[in-house]
Amino acid sequence: MSFEHRDDTGDRFGMWLFLYTEVILFSGLFILYAIALTTYPQEYITASNKLNIWFGAANTVVLLTSSLTIALAITAIQRNQIRLCISLCVATIGLAFVFLINKYFEWSHEISLGIYPASETLRDMGPGVTSFFNLYYFTAGLHGLHVLIGATLITVVAVMVAKGKVTSDRYVLLENSALYWHLVDLVWIFLFPLYYLII
Amino acid sequence: MTKTPLTNTGFYSESPRSGVLGWLLSTDHKRIGMMYLGCITTMFIVAAALGLAMRLQLFTPGQHIMTAQTYNATFTVHGIIMIFLFIIPSIPAAFGNLLLPIQIGARDVFFPKINLLSWYLYIIGAILAVLAIFTGTGAPDTGWTFYVPFSTQTSTNVSLAALAAFMLGFSSILTGINFVTTIHRLRAEGMGWGRLPLFVWTLYATAWIQVLATPMLGITLVLVMLERFFGAGLFDVASGGDPILFQHLFWIYSHPAVYIMILPAMGVISEIIPTFSRKPLFGYWAMAISSLAIAFAGSLVWAHHMYASGMSDFAILVFSLLTFIVAIPSAIKIFNWISTLYKGSIELAPPMLYALAFILQFAIGGLGGLALGAAAADIHLHDTTFVVGHFHYTMFGGTGFAFFAALHYWLPKFTGRMYNHKIAFIAWGLLFVGFNTTYMAMQAVGIQGMPRRYYDYLPEFQTLNMVSTIGSWVLAAGLIVMFVNLLNGMRNGRPIRMNPWGGATLEWQVPSPPPMLNFGKEDPVVTRGPYDYKGVKADEF
Repeated sequence: MSFEHRDDTGDRFGMWLFLYTEVILFSGLFILYAIALTTYPQEYITASNKLNIWFGAANTVVLLTSSLTIALAITAIQRNQIRLCISLCVATIGLAFVFLINKYFEWSHEISLGIYPASETLRDMGPGVTSFFNLYYFTAGLHGLHVLIGATLITVVAVMVAKGKVTSDRYVLLENSALYWHLVDLVWIFLFPLYYLII
Repeated sequence: MTKTPLTNTGFYSESPRSGVLGWLLSTDHKRIGMMYLGCITTMFIVAAALGLAMRLQLFTPGQHIMTAQTYNATFTVHGIIMIFLFIIPSIPAAFGNLLLPIQIGARDVFFPKINLLSWYLYIIGAILAVLAIFTGTGAPDTGWTFYVPFSTQTSTNVSLAALAAFMLGFSSILTGINFVTTIHRLRAEGMGWGRLPLFVWTLYATAWIQVLATPMLGITLVLVMLERFFGAGLFDVASGGDPILFQHLFWIYSHPAVYIMILPAMGVISEIIPTFSRKPLFGYWAMAISSLAIAFAGSLVWAHHMYASGMSDFAILVFSLLTFIVAIPSAIKIFNWISTLYKGSIELAPPMLYALAFILQFAIGGLGGLALGAAAADIHLHDTTFVVGHFHYTMFGGTGFAFFAALHYWLPKFTGRMYNHKIAFIAWGLLFVGFNTTYMAMQAVGIQGMPRRYYDYLPEFQTLNMVSTIGSWVLAAGLIVMFVNLLNGMRNGRPIRMNPWGGATLEWQVPSPPPMLNFGKEDPVVTRGPYDYKGVKADEF
């Protein structure tokens, strides 16, 4: 009864539509950031200086590299190099976890200083700094959640590559996962300067 | 009347799985559409009962059947259910699923599994919404708009209700992605953009709004929940936030959402008017483009809900102007429907009566919208029952009546049986009279200054409130007669053949109910336009 139907362009088209929705999801937080930055420009610089720029820079390098590995994974499957493709997927997942572990240490450090949503320390620093750290935690948190979802997605695809369900002539699922991963990367490319580099 | 068995049972009997699982795990767009239809109609009846209870409380001044707190919870739950569980999914999810693939000559939507996932997300949202009413610390009492700071401070079950709305938003996004992709990729051979039925055009415009606007609601509700859980306060002045920003973010979604609600309704009307006038739709491209124009312009007018919030005068001027611009494509539609009727061979079948009522009521609601869009008038009318009357004219008199029109027009197609026309006329009469009495009185008392969302009022508002409440009883009687008649028609009605109304779109060229793959083994080839009635005859029934 089922009707076999295949259209890779349509699958990619659907994924792009989904990525639009993700951009708009984050844009709500970017709007809040923009308004708060114009209201408290001085406080935002003070708050930004409290962040450790090296954590952010390291994570930027990690994510950019992971975007490269997942892009290479697509080239690998196009050339039917299945093992290489799987290794590159695993490398991407590994980098995703490096990102999250890095984030964990960064947040632990800040929380140990008493900087977390609704904390006493934060309240004493005034509304501008509080708003910076609230947005920082929620935006980076939402982004971290996306890193986790992306890594899960790539894990599933890697298993399907290993099982031969994603192959050199049918790899749109890998492409779509890679598109998602690039979006995760892209969002971070905006978060990094907005939170770590304002002077 | 004795029951005649159906000779063809279409998608009801062809399924890889039998029984309940054949429905719950089905990825067939018709089965999913029928499941949506059942759930949505149930939700409508529940929320309508709450609305009736509110009208009963407002029959005379003072406290009778509910306290102030109960009244607050009642209008909140009425709003949440009606908006998120009925109107937004009503026509797009139910009739969109049933009809979109057939009307463009496809076998299913582009992502059938994601379509089923959307339905489950809808059900999860519905369950969470019901849980929010009956569990925890009491039903939410913020109004469906969840305005901060009240929504972050009230002790009632707001978080769960917000989570429900979030889930429903996700369901709506996935349906939108599915429909846009389907319309781009699955049109049959010969089904060019110029041959799409108007219903498909409006679903297309709607789906874009669902994709582009809904995530904004998602993030806003998440932030309200975070504020409640962590006390972080992104909308709290003490923490450097701004409550007005909540209103902006909320309306960036929720104003375009009213076009999610009305556009597919306009599509339904654009299908029904030509069929029962036996004339091609007047101004096909104007209708198609105006749908997209409404979707586009409607996304830029959100702050007209906030004239009284302390925005700058310049912002008010800009949003007021943009609001007036939306009236242009809307008026194009009204004029084109009327031009289609002109010199047509009009047949007053039940769907047509609902469509005509739609035009009148939507025009009244739309003109009321201009009064509210003008900043000077809005300062007087803001937060009065005039606003409530206005949006019920557009949402209920508009979308609600279009939903009823769609039920009367397409339900026989998908059940294979026709309802009783005489009873349908009576139901229509009751609904039309009841609706206009209820909401015209509400608008009138709003102009006199009665505020919305109050369970009690001054004695001078009593006459009009009584009129409105009596109207609501007539309305309720109409709803009962209509639903009983439709249900009876579904079960025992006379079997129909392919084309009971003489429609020219593709769904009338497949059996009633349609088979599982819609068009059999051969792909359909489209050779004529959607409103080309030459040689199309209605079947006797």
